[in-house]
Amino acid sequence: MYLKLLLSFSYIGAFTFGGGYSMLPMFQRVLVDKNKWLTEEEMTDLFSIGQCLPGIIAANTAVFVGYKNKGITGGAIAAFGVALPSLIVIMLIAAFLSNFADLPVVQSAFAGLRICVCVLILNAVFKLRKHSVVDLPAALIFSVVFILSVYMFLPVAAIVAIAGVCGVLIIFLRKKTGPKGEDPPDNSEVDSNPSDDNNTSDVNNGSDNNNTSDGGNAS
Amino acid sequence: MIYLQLFYEFFITGLFMFGGGLAAIPFLQQMGEKTGWFTTTQLMDMIAVSEATPGPIGVNMATYAGYTVAGIPGGIIATVGIIMPSIIISLIIARLLVKFKENPLVQSALYGLRPASLGLIAAAGMTVLCLVLFGIELRYMTEYHLFLLDIRTFIFAVVLFIVTNIYKKAHPVIFLALSAFVGIFLF
Repeated sequence: MYLKLLLSFSYIGAFTFGGGYSMLPMFQRVLVDKNKWLTEEEMTDLFSIGQCLPGIIAANTAVFVGYKNKGITGGAIAAFGVALPSLIVIMLIAAFLSNFADLPVVQSAFAGLRICVCVLILNAVFKLRKHSVVDLPAALIFSVVFILSVYMFLPVAAIVAIAGVCGVLIIFLRKKTGPKGEDPPDNSEVDSNPSDDNNTSDVNNGSDNNNTSDGGNAS
Repeated sequence: MIYLQLFYEFFITGLFMFGGGLAAIPFLQQMGEKTGWFTTTQLMDMIAVSEATPGPIGVNMATYAGYTVAGIPGGIIATVGIIMPSIIISLIIARLLVKFKENPLVQSALYGLRPASLGLIAAAGMTVLCLVLFGIELRYMTEYHLFLLDIRTFIFAVVLFIVTNIYKKAHPVIFLALSAFVGIFLF
């Protein structure tokens, strides 16, 4: 069983390109369709929880599935399974490339690749923008973090930790300052941010409001 | 001793990176800067290889960077380091669960973490873009450096940007292969 867990997750690691959402179909094929370790709905849930946690999303999801089947050891084995193909393939490539790195052809190819890397990173930023920068305070966090990071004023880990605390504080303050109506602060921010796609903003703000009011009831 | 430091650096990266593979880039960039283990240009080559090979991008980059720093043991240690926080945190969450994602505290923390993570990636992206276009990192840029713009690189970057945004559904590997091919003739 442990071996099967290891092999299944190694298979996922070996045959998915590009991480993130593109891994979900592979997870479903191997874990839901083939091994029937969990239902499709559970799979999607675990994957979305995995995205909310720090670290490698694929490893997070693997740990959940491994734990569900075989406890703590299962979780650890599943995570190592996902990483195993990378370990082998990347080290082979790295060893291979280090022998040919001085060839002009290889250097030219990498000059082209570097440009592509820049473009892919910036494309990813544009794509994630609507999902991450939902309103004005979020845009402020984005800008401050951008400047702090470019000039390396703080360790990246510290920036992340502070941003998490800021998020909690902003939502908390919003909850405090908006007792007159259901959700006046959020709506005003949507209005003051016309560049955003309306549908996305509404959806995001809607979910924010739900959480804020939940928090209010709890505390 | 370098193994211990390697493990520590990648453990911290795994512990604080939110939102998947690309979120590791700002950590690696600062790591290279701080320790002198690799340059930003080397890091870009690692990213290119990591995106073009199977497996989670974050794990690929960790393996590559670790291998660059300290050979095969380095690759293994960096990889274990970056997935260790995933294992620990996910196991804790899996035990506590189940309403983790709906927890208001988690949601409000993510409200701050998402734009921060994006800001970090954007900063890393702009830094490497400046490095490619002007040969200097963004934070050292002055007006003077604008004259250093490499025209061929600039044109290729613009074309690539347009093409990738027309064929949004196409896999990044295709663009990487294409760029490597064009690079051989262009540079």
